[in-house]
Amino acid sequence: MSILVFIEGSEGVLKKSSKEAISYAAQAGSILNDQEIVAVVLGSYDESILSNLGSNGATKVINVEGDVFAENQIGVFSDSIQGIMTDNDIKLLVMIKSSFSDNIGGRIAGKTGASVVSSVISLPDVSNGFKVNKSIFTGKAATTVSVNGDIKVLIVNKNTVELQESGDIAPVEKIQVSSDIEVKIKITGKEKAEGDILLEDADIVVSGGRGLKGPENWGIIEDLAKALGAATGCSKPVSDVGWRPHHEHVGQTGVKVSPNLYIAVGISGAIQHLAGVNSSKVLVAINNDPEAPFFKAADYGIVGDAFEVLPKLTEKIKSL
Amino acid sequence: MKILVCITHVPDTTAKITFIDNNTKLNESGIQFIIGPYDDFALARAIELKETHGATVTVLNVGEANTEPTIRKALAIGADDAIRINTAPTDSMYVAHQIADAIKQEAYDLILMGRESIDYNSGVVHGIVGALLDIPSVSPVMVLDIEGTTVKISREIEGGKEFLEVELPIVAGCQEPIAEWKIPNMRGIMTARSKPLKVVEPVAFNHSTETVSYENPPEKGSVKLVDAENAEDLIDLLKNEAKVL
Ligand SMILES: Cc1cc2nc3c(=O)[nH]c(=O)nc-3n(C[C@H](O)[C@H](O)[C@H](O)COP(=O)(O)OP(=O)(O)OC[C@H]3O[C@@H](n4cnc5c(N)ncnc54)[C@H](O)[C@@H]3O)c2cc1C
Repeated sequence: MSILVFIEGSEGVLKKSSKEAISYAAQAGSILNDQEIVAVVLGSYDESILSNLGSNGATKVINVEGDVFAENQIGVFSDSIQGIMTDNDIKLLVMIKSSFSDNIGGRIAGKTGASVVSSVISLPDVSNGFKVNKSIFTGKAATTVSVNGDIKVLIVNKNTVELQESGDIAPVEKIQVSSDIEVKIKITGKEKAEGDILLEDADIVVSGGRGLKGPENWGIIEDLAKALGAATGCSKPVSDVGWRPHHEHVGQTGVKVSPNLYIAVGISGAIQHLAGVNSSKVLVAINNDPEAPFFKAADYGIVGDAFEVLPKLTEKIKSL
Repeated sequence: MKILVCITHVPDTTAKITFIDNNTKLNESGIQFIIGPYDDFALARAIELKETHGATVTVLNVGEANTEPTIRKALAIGADDAIRINTAPTDSMYVAHQIADAIKQEAYDLILMGRESIDYNSGVVHGIVGALLDIPSVSPVMVLDIEGTTVKISREIEGGKEFLEVELPIVAGCQEPIAEWKIPNMRGIMTARSKPLKVVEPVAFNHSTETVSYENPPEKGSVKLVDAENAEDLIDLLKNEAKVL
C-alpha cells in the first residue's frame, strides 16, 4: 500500500509549500511502515521538476497530463485524484492546506466517505489507533483527533515538518486520464496580483497597518520586502479602505500565513490579526506605541517610528 | 430562487479560549457566541440577492438548542425562515451529511456558507456537501452574481483572482469582500421573533473522527526589544540568533 500526496502548482511551477506534504508523508510512512510515497501532479510540468520531488521524499511520481488540467479546476482535480485513489486502493491521502486544497480534500472525502482532518499540525500517533493534532480557533488552541475511517484524508498546515531535500530523484509515471471528466465550471479569466512572491507561500512577509497613514507611504514596506525577498501583507482596515488589495489582508478573516519571519509594521496586534500570523516561526513588531498589544506576541520588537526604522533595516539588508 | 445559508455558532473573535473537564470541553463561561464571520458574509450576500433577484433565504444551523439566539440574529438580519438540525456539530463529515440531507428535502438553488468555521477552521464542509449532492462547489468566493441560472464568481487564488461561470445549483464557501456585514435593525429584531424556526432531528451517520482532548499553545516568552536608534541590530539578531535570514 502507498501514501498518496497531492502536489499543487500552476503555470509549470510546483508550489514550494505543497512539497512539504511529501516530506510529511515520508515521515508518516516510517511511522506507519508504509514506505511507498506517491506524489500526484496534474497538468504539464518539466520532467526534471517532477522527478526532483524524489528529493522531498517521493518514491514515485504520477503525472497526469491533459488539457483539462491547464487550470486548477476544483471538480476536475478532485474527481481525478479520487480515481487514482480508487484504482490504487489508496487509504491515506496527504496535502498541504491552501485555499485550493481545502476544496479538493473536502470533495474527495465526500465521494469516498473518508475521514477528513484539516489544519493538521502533527505526524500521526499510532500507539493507540490513529491520532493527529489539529489547530483550532485559528491557532488559539489545538486538539487531538482520533481518525477512525478506513480511508483518511489529512490536510496539513504548512511548517508542520521541515521540507526534506535529499537530492534523490523519483521515477515519473505518466498516466492518461479517462476522457469522460465533466467540466462543470468554466474559468473565464484570471487576474494576477502584482509582485511575484505569493503571500501564502512566502518564507518572509512584511505587513503594514494603519500606522503607515496612507497608501502613498507603502514604498518603505515594499523596499524592505524587496530587499528581503519577502511578500507584502496588510491589516484588515488597510484593505477595507482600499490602500492595499484585498488578497493582501492577513488575519482571521483574511489570509493565514506561516512564514519563517513575519514583520508587522504599524499594526497594533488585534487578536484577529494575530490569529492569522501566530503559526509564523518568528514575529517582529515595529510600532511607535510601546503599549501596542503586538509586543506581547512578538519575538523581537522595535519601539519607534516606522518611517525612520524601516529605511535603516532596508539599508542594512542591502549591505549584507 | 431558493437560497440556503449555512451558519455556524462560534465564540466571538476576541474570546479567550480555555478548556474544562480535564481539557475535554470548551469553557463557555463568559464567551459571547456569534454567527461565524465568513457565514455572516454569505448571509449578507444572500440578503442582497433576495433584494435584487427576489429570492427566499433560509438559514440552517447544525447545533443544539443553545444556538437559537444566533439563528434568531440571522433572521433579524433578513433571512425568511430557519432550520436547526438538533445535534452537536462535532465532525465535518457528520455536519455535511446533515446539511446535504436538508438540501435533498427542499431542492435549494444556491447554497452559501463561510469558507470555513472559525472554531474548527477545517474549510471542507462546502466541498463535502457538493460531492454528496454531486453539484459543483467553489471556495473562497469573493464576488457572486446571478444572471438567469448562471452564477458568475470571482474566486481567490494564491496570488490573484480567478473568474468563473457555473450553472445553478452550486455550493459556495464565501469570504469578504462578497458583501458587507449587515447589522439587524429594530424592525428586523421584532419580526425575527415570529419567523418560522423548524427543529429537525439529525439523520443517522457515524462519526469518522473523534475529539480526544484539547490544549492551549505554550505561552510566548517575552519580546526582545531593539533600540530604534540602532534598528539595524535587529537584522543581526534575525540572522545570527533567530536564524531566519
Ligand atoms: C470579526 C472581526 C474580524 C477581523 N478580522 C481581521 C483580520 O483578519 N485581520 C486584521 O488585520 N484585522 C481584523 N479585524 C480588525 C481588528 O480588530 C483591528 O481593528 C485591526 O487589525 C487593526 O488594524 P491596524 O493594526 O492596522 O490598525 P490600528 O489598530 O489602528 O493600529 C495602528 C498601529 O500603528 C501604530 N502606529 C501609528 N503610527 C505609527 C508610526 N509612525 N510608526 C509605527 N507605528 C505606528 C499605532 O501605534 C497602532 O498600534 C477583525 C475585526 C473583527 C471584529
